[in-house]
Amino acid sequence: MFSYISCRTFSVAPAMSARTHVNYEVKEDVAVIRMNDPTSKVNTLSVQMQNEMIEVFNEVLANDAVQSAVLISSKPGCFIAGADINMIQACNTSEEVTKLSQEGQKMFARIEKSPKPIVAAINGPCLGGGLEFAIACQYRVATKSKKTVLGTPEVMLGLLPGAGGTQRLPKMVGIPGAFDMMLTGRNIRADKAKKMGLVHQLVDPLGPGLKSPEERTIEYLEEVAIQCAKGIVNKKISLTKEKGMMQKVQDYVMGIEFVRQQIYKTVTAKVMKMSKGLYPAPLKIIESVKAGLEQGPDSGYLAEAQNFGKLAMTSESNALIGLYHGQVACKKNRFGVPERPVKNLAILGAGLMGAGIAQVTVDKGIHTVLKDTTVEGLSRGQQQVYKGLNDKTKKKTITSFERDFTLASLTGQLDYSGFEKADMVIEAVFEDLNIKHRVIKEVEAVIPPHCIFATNTSALPIKDIAAASIRPEKVIGMHYFSPVDKMQLLEIITTDKTSKDTTASAVAVGLKQGKVIIVVGDGPGFYTTRCLAPMLAEAVRLLQEGVDPKKLDALTTGFGFPVGAATLADEVGIDVAAHVAEDLGKAFGSRFGGGNVEVLKTMVEKGFKGRKSGKGCYVYTPGLKSKDVNPDIEDVLEKYKLTPNPLVSSDSDVQYRLVSRFVNEAVMCLQEGILNGPVEGDIGAVFGLGFPPCLGGPFRFVDTFGANKLVEKMRRYEEVYGNHFTPCQLLLDHAKDSSKRFHK
Amino acid sequence: MRQSLWRGYCVTFRLFSNHRVYGCSLQPVGQNYWITALPTLLIWTTLFVLTDKMASMLMNSLRCCPPVNPAWAVQYATRSLSTSVQLHAQVQTKSKKTLAKPGVKNIVLVEGVRTPFLLSGTTYADLMPHDLARAALQGLLHKTSLPKDAVDYIIYGTVIQEVKTSNVAREASLGAGFSDKIPSHTVTMACISSNVAMTTGVGLITAGQCDTIVAGGVEFMSDVPIRHSRKMRKTMLALNRAKTLGQRLSLIGSIRMAHLTPELPAVAEFSTAETMGHSADRLAAAFGVTRLEQDEFALRSHTLAKQAQDAGLLSDVISFKVPGRDTVAKDNGIRPSSMEQLAKLKPAFIKPHGTVTAANSSFLTDGASAVLIMSEEKALAMGYKPKAYLRDFVFVSQDPKDQLLLGPAYGTPKVLARAGLTMDDIDVFEFHEAFAGQIMANLKALDSDWFAQTYMGRKVKVGAPAMEKFNLWGGSLSLGHPFGATGCRLVTTVAHRLLKEGGQYGLVAACAAGGQVTHYTNTSSYFNVMDRKVILPVCVSGPCDGDRSIPPVEQDSGRTEMMQEKTVYAYTQSGVTPTLSDCTY
Repeated sequence: MFSYISCRTFSVAPAMSARTHVNYEVKEDVAVIRMNDPTSKVNTLSVQMQNEMIEVFNEVLANDAVQSAVLISSKPGCFIAGADINMIQACNTSEEVTKLSQEGQKMFARIEKSPKPIVAAINGPCLGGGLEFAIACQYRVATKSKKTVLGTPEVMLGLLPGAGGTQRLPKMVGIPGAFDMMLTGRNIRADKAKKMGLVHQLVDPLGPGLKSPEERTIEYLEEVAIQCAKGIVNKKISLTKEKGMMQKVQDYVMGIEFVRQQIYKTVTAKVMKMSKGLYPAPLKIIESVKAGLEQGPDSGYLAEAQNFGKLAMTSESNALIGLYHGQVACKKNRFGVPERPVKNLAILGAGLMGAGIAQVTVDKGIHTVLKDTTVEGLSRGQQQVYKGLNDKTKKKTITSFERDFTLASLTGQLDYSGFEKADMVIEAVFEDLNIKHRVIKEVEAVIPPHCIFATNTSALPIKDIAAASIRPEKVIGMHYFSPVDKMQLLEIITTDKTSKDTTASAVAVGLKQGKVIIVVGDGPGFYTTRCLAPMLAEAVRLLQEGVDPKKLDALTTGFGFPVGAATLADEVGIDVAAHVAEDLGKAFGSRFGGGNVEVLKTMVEKGFKGRKSGKGCYVYTPGLKSKDVNPDIEDVLEKYKLTPNPLVSSDSDVQYRLVSRFVNEAVMCLQEGILNGPVEGDIGAVFGLGFPPCLGGPFRFVDTFGANKLVEKMRRYEEVYGNHFTPCQLLLDHAKDSSKRFHK
Repeated sequence: MRQSLWRGYCVTFRLFSNHRVYGCSLQPVGQNYWITALPTLLIWTTLFVLTDKMASMLMNSLRCCPPVNPAWAVQYATRSLSTSVQLHAQVQTKSKKTLAKPGVKNIVLVEGVRTPFLLSGTTYADLMPHDLARAALQGLLHKTSLPKDAVDYIIYGTVIQEVKTSNVAREASLGAGFSDKIPSHTVTMACISSNVAMTTGVGLITAGQCDTIVAGGVEFMSDVPIRHSRKMRKTMLALNRAKTLGQRLSLIGSIRMAHLTPELPAVAEFSTAETMGHSADRLAAAFGVTRLEQDEFALRSHTLAKQAQDAGLLSDVISFKVPGRDTVAKDNGIRPSSMEQLAKLKPAFIKPHGTVTAANSSFLTDGASAVLIMSEEKALAMGYKPKAYLRDFVFVSQDPKDQLLLGPAYGTPKVLARAGLTMDDIDVFEFHEAFAGQIMANLKALDSDWFAQTYMGRKVKVGAPAMEKFNLWGGSLSLGHPFGATGCRLVTTVAHRLLKEGGQYGLVAACAAGGQVTHYTNTSSYFNVMDRKVILPVCVSGPCDGDRSIPPVEQDSGRTEMMQEKTVYAYTQSGVTPTLSDCTY
């Protein structure tokens, strides 16, 4: 007896202990393959994971006692979050990456052709390589948990699904569905995935039982998956799904070559329109799908692998992956855990900003007070929050009950009652130092000693606002971007006096609100507004020089900005732009010059305050998406007309005049210590101001474009316009020494 | 137009076919009615096949149903025939205390009755809810010879309201011939509505407001309000206000196809949009309750109910002459089947891997119940022989999503703690059987230290009730579950079982949830009654063996025995526990 056990342990132990990521156990005749990356919170298809998986797969195939297999993750909240990006980044040539892709393809091809059916049991994210793995399996069961999402986000990293995804998806969900998934990279929830045919069966997440809900849900998923695996083996479950009428019609239509060609054409045209040709990945995805469908699987897989290799070496992909890493970094609180969590938050001012902040706070379990001075203002704000949540109800992301339950945590009021319980107050009142001072004094009279006072301002220096405070260590700036529920960035501004705990608390609240956070030093315009101001000044100068707003927009979007400069001014508000331009002009002097501030002021006087007033650079008609240039600004621009210098007015020069001022200011913020590092600078510019994501942010742009080339261009503009274009010292340093880089 | 009529027809069809099986219309209202009608119909037919084979399978099923232990079945049979010596000894050895509280009035259950519980759409189909309630009230009057003006207050519980009789308590009491001077109101709390009716009565007596309360419950699923769509209602209401012909015509002209889709009572929880059957299936899975366990429990329920019915133990059932139809004297949902038959059914809610089927769920039922609750002095003064004390109760609620049907697990330890009793002290358990899976899950929760520690803040589990004390006369799975009426059935059954089996303490537990069309989104609530045996085993035979047809002699026998009771009561009130010797008059 004893010897038997020891003998068995001996024979099993080496194999078992060698494997840390993948294991399997045989339940009756089903092999349950469990993945768990012990080094990380999520499973990724790392080299080790792949090697162990192949090993286990070989054992399972060789084991005669096994008829079928179930693939499941032991992590409660994650199936496979994707391939390991570092694996790709470690490669130096496109050939190496192509080889990686081909290895993946080979492994999944074996899975697909496995004589023993494999059921993927999915709970939590199943993304990228994880999805490609799952769709190579014969059958998929997924939990209906909110965490369970399926998708191919590779395109967002400037890549394509490189392990058979471009070949299998069109067959599985149809050509239009596959393009939609791969070109948008969006996450698909389990119920939608079932409808699309991406998964075969859904399992409900379970509540409390004899084990913790998460643990039991996985167990239940495994039980159901095992049933499915057995069902497939004994032919109770058929793998060839009977097609519905619609499906048959669709298949027939897709079988016509002409139709397919039309689809490729339309999709390509759409991609070109959206990406302006700045992003190579979507086009390569279309190419790979096309190759597979038109020339057969062999060329399809080859095209996929080769395109994957090519894309991995592009600067766009590099930039996007950099942003991804940056975003992950900016979702962490580097200031530690705050002493007391914010449970009660009060917001002053129920305007667009205030209500927006309330909306992203109230559904995170924080009791939120929204205070305004007038009933009308308050009602408008409350309606905005309600509408935001109700829209989610209409989209069925939350139930009407969840909406009501959430709104129960929101209190609208006109006085300061209950402020004695507030852990944090965020003010979003009008941008006027005197008003802010009055508010801070009123609030400090009623709040408890531990309460943090956060001010939401886009340009006023926080230390000026904190001057009126009796406890400046509790004062901090929280600069949200409008519309708050859509814009991911939050810029947190600390003064010399702000305590570390205050910062930690503000970051914690921001993270709870789902924001990507940069923490910057105090100064006029902080980081984001300060970068934007010179670019807008240049935009105004261009308008004065006779560049049509539509042309200006086309040039900026053509460079990769999601919103054109003229439209951006309208969105921000001409009055705000005028205000900021004037303030920052005073603070930074002639360097911030360019366009004449009077242009903006005259527009404001005439009531052209941008989108909110219906007129700005453009005329906005409610219900209409297209917009025309506001004919009345012609007179204004005529009055302040400048003569363009033909030496620096080519389309390309116009673009670089706008961008170089932006970038120079960003680099100067790093030089002056406003910024903590280039990563936060890139994230802030891309997520807050729409700096072209394909360029990866101002700092990565300097690295890729070359500081010397940029300085060269700026010197040329400097000759014409003077100090507006004088490169800062840090930029000059980088220009001198090409080995200097912001990103290693 | 034709299409919409067809849709309308299908809707109605679906509704009725669905309502055979409680909570079965899980499909979202508003799409593809004609597709969903078919599978539901299949379930329905299957059930009827089972019914036909019922008799022949009875013996079989007894053998193949593990929870029905033949040993105790025999023991039980002897017990019910005569008071066994063994039982006496058992009662004697337990040191039982009184649960009376100083300064609090003793409240007693004098009598409880119910109409037969019928599958909805059968013999009661043409009635209205208050007709059923009326029958129960009249039955109570008959059985107790209660003077019609002797009642202080009447309370009824119901879940789905017939809009014409929204205070169904009032309509029923007037119709039953009670004095129009007796105030009455209706309460609702999903499946524990009549429990609320009773506890409201208990509250009124304790507060000194009343002495004599009739509480009851009624549910009528053969007819439920189906509304016009919101758009149509809006148009119709506007039409009411329209002044000119032009306005009217333009309103009529605005009616579109979409207006004509009716709004069905959704069986889904309002807050979570989840049907109860779906929730029960998830609950069963969370506790690892297998399909086999559920089917076995369902079979146990039906088998025990059949035995109880055949043995005439369901003495709370009154016979009811349905106008235009036959006299109904028996529940018609009891149909013991075989495990093989049960195993054939497909899951009704979670497909294809779910475990809750039509057969292991309670079905949609019509029925009404009524109880007479009095302060002890009043009951004795009026010459009644009460059946049990109503001692204590607790309502609890939890998360409506994941713990919708877990009320009994939370409430039982609480009420035991309040009464200072343990699980072992309880002689009779009556738990509401919404789903077999739900019952099994609750039992497992009660029997789990981990659950007690993690979710109930207790150090150790309270333990599961012993199955040989548990729902021995069937339950909602087999007898039926008219939502509003079940609570009174449970309490009356406990009293009758205590009398029959010679126990002292009984415990009732029921789960409830957001009801069908009600806006009720309370979480699982829970009701518990401590019943204390007041009548000796030897005295039971008289009044309690009562048939459904009320024998005229009954009241006499009741009154004579009352004298014996008084002595016992005197003891009780002075704090001395009545022992067997006290009572052997």
